[in-house]
Amino acid sequence: MSKQYETVIGLEVHVELATKTKIFCGCSTEFGGAPNTHTCPVCTGMPGSLPVLNRQVVEYALAVGLAANCEIHQYCKFDRKNYFYPDNPQNYQISQLYLPICHDGWVEIETAAGNKRIGIHEIHMEEDAGKLIHDEWEDCSLVDYNRSGVPLIEIVSEPDMRSADEVIAYLEKLRMMIQYLGASDCKLQEGSMRADVNLSVREVGAKEFGTRTEMKNLNSFKAIARAIEGEKNRQIELLEDGKKVVQETRRWDDNKESSHAMRSKEDAKDYRYFPDPDLPPVVIDDAWIARVRERQPELQTEKLARYQKEYGLPRYDAHILTSSKHLADLFEETVKLCGQPKEVSNWLMTDAMRLLKEKGQEPEQISMDPRHLADLVKMVGENVINRTIARDVFEAVFTENVNPKEYVESKGLTVVRDEGALQSVIEEILEKNPQSVADYKAGKQKAMGFVVGQTMRAMKGKADPAVVNQLVKELLEQR
Amino acid sequence: MTNRISDETIEYVGILAKLELSGEEKEAAKQDMGKMLDYIDQLNELDTEDVEPMSHVFPIHNVFREDVVTNQDDRENILKNAPEQKDGAFKVPRTVE
Ligand SMILES: [Zn+2]
Repeated sequence: MSKQYETVIGLEVHVELATKTKIFCGCSTEFGGAPNTHTCPVCTGMPGSLPVLNRQVVEYALAVGLAANCEIHQYCKFDRKNYFYPDNPQNYQISQLYLPICHDGWVEIETAAGNKRIGIHEIHMEEDAGKLIHDEWEDCSLVDYNRSGVPLIEIVSEPDMRSADEVIAYLEKLRMMIQYLGASDCKLQEGSMRADVNLSVREVGAKEFGTRTEMKNLNSFKAIARAIEGEKNRQIELLEDGKKVVQETRRWDDNKESSHAMRSKEDAKDYRYFPDPDLPPVVIDDAWIARVRERQPELQTEKLARYQKEYGLPRYDAHILTSSKHLADLFEETVKLCGQPKEVSNWLMTDAMRLLKEKGQEPEQISMDPRHLADLVKMVGENVINRTIARDVFEAVFTENVNPKEYVESKGLTVVRDEGALQSVIEEILEKNPQSVADYKAGKQKAMGFVVGQTMRAMKGKADPAVVNQLVKELLEQR
Repeated sequence: MTNRISDETIEYVGILAKLELSGEEKEAAKQDMGKMLDYIDQLNELDTEDVEPMSHVFPIHNVFREDVVTNQDDRENILKNAPEQKDGAFKVPRTVE
């Protein structure tokens, strides 16, 4: 390859909002119901039914838009996007084309190459479609409209990204921001966050963009990274062979690590948008915007700075703790109860992360009660249990959510500080190991470590190491 | 009638609307659409320089519902609208992909 190419990427990200009900009707959005049990005449597109907008959808869209530094269209409205497909019972999707609620914003991303702003072209509100299941037996399709009418926002970026790294950083940024706002749980695997990648390549220095393709069906960060790499190479090969890139939608197959052109849902991609006459416009006055601004919670970037400043945590630790809102909440609630932020952070950073990795879980899945973690930290601080034991207790607290105080008591794990009891154990060990005594006398300090280790083992780890050290030293000197 | 609708246009509109039109129906539709476009031309003669585009016929805005579940499972009734059903779902001809 002689020429140098640049990859130009823009993203369309669909996020399912965390409302209790659908965007235009009072049906539940709860996941996993039996087919069509969360449906009504509105979300199955029955003639004569009337959609009424869920206020919470506007609240969430505004919250996300303001967090992404967007301008707000204070007069906004809904449009119909017309197409025929059985997942869409009305034969149109209610969306926003002409006056999307948010526009012209940006978010800042951080990659190994430094910080960069990614422009947000617009954010609009729309409804999700139903789900089709293909029935091989009867060679037909079965439609479940439980997802039909679930509220989405679509976040459309500017074509500002140049690598898979930047795309992942951008998605992470959006996910974190939206999770912190409580507007969605943003799970790629479960489809509550979906990303379509628009990608083109051009020679470095070229002014015009190349022809772009749109890639769909990307349901993990890894799949996105692989799809970008694959599509970039495919387009460069075409150009190198003197062929043209065709503007089309392609479906990524992560198992085959390749993509194929999708057949169009419509014979012609002509959506004939027009204003939805069923829905009156939405007017967002300054007071409403101010109210949403007022309510915005502390976002990750702010938390990251505060953890370093207020708790004196290293940036790396603060970054990991804030990379999940759930983890950050657990950390803060625990620190509120027991202080010692560095200690709490260490438990979460090392033991909690290790256990998550072993179980193949995400930080969101931690069910540990902050009161339990706080009690554990206190017990270690007050030397009720030693560190070795504490790690076992932590595991029990983490996996079974046991009360650490009760657990330690019932298992008899408290530190033994009774010097008389320890003394007789050590004496016995010294009797059995005359060589160690001799070595110590000959100036070999290592011999003492051996005796301490034996003592700790005999005490099943429950002895206070400081006390044991002191006693072993004294008893060796006496010999 | 000044707006002449071509055969290609009527064919295309038919495809978009999923309509199968006979030759006669196509001719009738061409006439009707021509008249509609003539009417738009007539409207275009008006000076609308300072008129805001209308997006809704009634002078109302901000009609909301609160985020509260009001609908219970009514699948049995909803599925009565299905031409065919199977396993609690609407049964439709197999779709591509
Ligand atoms: Zn409904």
